[in-house]
Amino acid sequence: MSLLEMSALTKRFGGLLAVSNFDLNLDAGEIVGLIGPNGAGKTTVFHLIAGFHAPTSGEIRFKGGSIVGSKPHAICRLGLTRTFQIVQPFAGLSVIENVMVGAFNRERDAVAARRLAGEIVDFVGLGPRRDMPARSLTLSDRKRLEIARGLATRPEMLLLDEAMSGLNPTEIDEIIGLIRRIHARGVSLLIIEHVMQAIMALSHRLVVLHHGEKLAEGAPGEVARDRRVIEAYLGEGA
Amino acid sequence: MTWGLLLQAGVSGLLLGGVYGLVASGLSLIFGVLRIINFAHGAVMMLAMYTTYWLFALAGVDPYLSVILTAPLFFALGVVIQKVVIEPNRLAAEHNQLLLTLGLALFFENLALVLWQGDFRTVRVAYSNASFMVGEALVEVPRLVASGGAVLMAVGLFAFLRLTDVGKALRALAEEPEGAALVGINVSRIRAASFGLGSACVAVAGALITPFFYVAPDVAESFNIMAFVVVVLGGMGNFVGALAGGFIVGLAESLGAAFLPGSLKQLVVFMIFVIALLFRPQGLFGGSRGR
Amino acid sequence: MGAKVAAALAVAALVALPPLLPKYHLEVLISVLFWAYLGIAWNLLGGYAGQFSFGHAAFFGIGAYTSTLLLLQVGLTPWVGMILGGALAAAFGLFEGYLSFRYGLKGPYFSLVTLAFAEMLRVVGVNTKAVGSSLGLVVPSAKAAPAMFMFSGKLPYYYIILAMGALALALTWKIGRSRLGFSLAAVRENEDAAETAGVDALATKLRAMALSSFLTALGGTFYAQYFAYIDPTISFGPSVSIGALLPAIVGGAGMVLGPVLGSFVLTPLSELTRYALRGRAGADIMLYGAILMLVISFLPQGIVGLVRERRARAGQR
Repeated sequence: MSLLEMSALTKRFGGLLAVSNFDLNLDAGEIVGLIGPNGAGKTTVFHLIAGFHAPTSGEIRFKGGSIVGSKPHAICRLGLTRTFQIVQPFAGLSVIENVMVGAFNRERDAVAARRLAGEIVDFVGLGPRRDMPARSLTLSDRKRLEIARGLATRPEMLLLDEAMSGLNPTEIDEIIGLIRRIHARGVSLLIIEHVMQAIMALSHRLVVLHHGEKLAEGAPGEVARDRRVIEAYLGEGA
Repeated sequence: MTWGLLLQAGVSGLLLGGVYGLVASGLSLIFGVLRIINFAHGAVMMLAMYTTYWLFALAGVDPYLSVILTAPLFFALGVVIQKVVIEPNRLAAEHNQLLLTLGLALFFENLALVLWQGDFRTVRVAYSNASFMVGEALVEVPRLVASGGAVLMAVGLFAFLRLTDVGKALRALAEEPEGAALVGINVSRIRAASFGLGSACVAVAGALITPFFYVAPDVAESFNIMAFVVVVLGGMGNFVGALAGGFIVGLAESLGAAFLPGSLKQLVVFMIFVIALLFRPQGLFGGSRGR
Repeated sequence: MGAKVAAALAVAALVALPPLLPKYHLEVLISVLFWAYLGIAWNLLGGYAGQFSFGHAAFFGIGAYTSTLLLLQVGLTPWVGMILGGALAAAFGLFEGYLSFRYGLKGPYFSLVTLAFAEMLRVVGVNTKAVGSSLGLVVPSAKAAPAMFMFSGKLPYYYIILAMGALALALTWKIGRSRLGFSLAAVRENEDAAETAGVDALATKLRAMALSSFLTALGGTFYAQYFAYIDPTISFGPSVSIGALLPAIVGGAGMVLGPVLGSFVLTPLSELTRYALRGRAGADIMLYGAILMLVISFLPQGIVGLVRERRARAGQR
């Protein structure tokens, strides 16, 4: 039984078919990269998994149970959480307070939650800035914060949406390292990313989405050489 | 329940509905362009009614004629309010902007109370009691003029928005604020004009109803609520919807008055409001970017 | 350290001084604490959960009318009636909240719905003979009867509202540091992100609504017993709804002491205005309107927010 299973997943917005008949299974311990040109429907897939949109049809199963129709907070409690393409910090709260919100999923007591949050804050490298208001963080730190908040919910699976967009090469390397450390702690990952070198280095498997449909799937090397994939990226209004 | 009573209720409703529609059109315009819910709309109307009253009481100016003075005056007031109070806070949180207009409303309503006390005042002109019969229903001339005048003004507003450059700029700004700036529209001037126009509309509505509606500070509250209900029903930013919504709400209110004792007719209006907000917030006719 | 000493002195003054105050000053102080209390109650939903209610008078009125009607019809002591009123108000709040939040009403639209509900209750009150319609209800207050929440003299009422305020303040402080407090802050700052972080936004908002409406209703009973008269306009009208939110906005929404500070600034100001312009009804509210506009424009975080900002800036130097 896979950790996350999507079968025949379809999402229609009025006349627009955003995701069409999408199948994907993720086993525990995997890092799967979801790539595709802009507008391919990748973030929509995340919205569907995380419970922000209900699928028009199709099934999503997490740890064997259907999560279609569940609200995001319930899915988070089950052990699946996500980050957003455009970071969404709790601007008025401090770094540690942000992460405590996530920690409270696993600890009822404020002292324990703070301790767990502190541990995660250090883990992602934001220790020195733990009491700073989130709104004063740099983009790179905000991305770390978002990841930290998700980690504090002790997920079994983390969906990362373009965690590296807007970062410089040094910052990208740091996030790659962070993702590896997260994986080492036993978290499975589904990653949307445009930074090719990062996703090639991290993923066990790549899935390519184009116009809402799965175009290709396989080891990173294979997929990168796939003619259809190359055409999809280059052939789009270049 | 006789047909006569129903007919009367229908007629009364349609007559007041036109005025509601004009008031709501002004509110809708302001929301469409500025994206704020103007709590001070009713207060501006109330001030216009007092202006009409004083022009009449002190200088004998006929309320309908005084529109020539009040409309531009309140256009100017609207522009000033927008530039001084609203524009500096245009980046504030939504709920803060709402509180801002609430503060303005409180200020205006109580300014009127302080200056002129809470006594009801009335404008009595020669034609205040003129009326004629349509079947079994009584049609009062001042109400007919008010409704007709309001519809005329609303249509005029609509034409203005469609045909003139300023009107098109307003619509452009309502639909696509960034694009509008890029094509060279003077954004701050148009934003001020929208509040000015909205205020002018509501001022005209106020002037038109003075021959038959009492003038007092609490008038602000009643029309405020009505305007919100109509705008929500008709669709925020939808002018045709505002006019249609005005008639629907006017009818609902007067039918409520026919069937329910006391002031319970207000309940009908509030229930429409809540139901519209819950189940069809984009309005019956669809608004611009509902919520 | 200076702040703690000042706080201790303030508390001591609030407890020990009132018996020495002349009658008028005591009345103003009761008024200050009363509006502070309502502000604290409003703050739980408005400041902490970020849902700005413009119709809190609905709960106030339910509290006032429930305890008063039970007293007049059945002779039930308002001490118990108060709790029942609170429970009823909480139920109404949950109804109103569920309807609004379930259908996704946010921001100004939520505010408008709360306003509509309060107005509906007011209209029902005006048109219902059984509750006295617009003539209202007179609460018996001739004899002192502490068991029936009736006291001679103002001093007992002062200590009651002081106790109520202190309890509400303590509750707010405790919640702020608890799991619920963090959930409220998360929902207030960013509801989608809160959901992703495992916060049940709907349940959180409803909890805030229930607490806020319960506490507000208790204030309604206090008012009824203290002023010995209620009517639909007083109980369900805009003066309570606006009066409940102003202290929090001016003092600092979402902060424990915000409404208290706000009331200590606003209430004496309104008394002064009313005194200075005696007989001129509306002068104090006009001032409130002006203050509201000024605060939003120049002090959007309220007084406490400003102090915090200054301190944070000083700490970073």
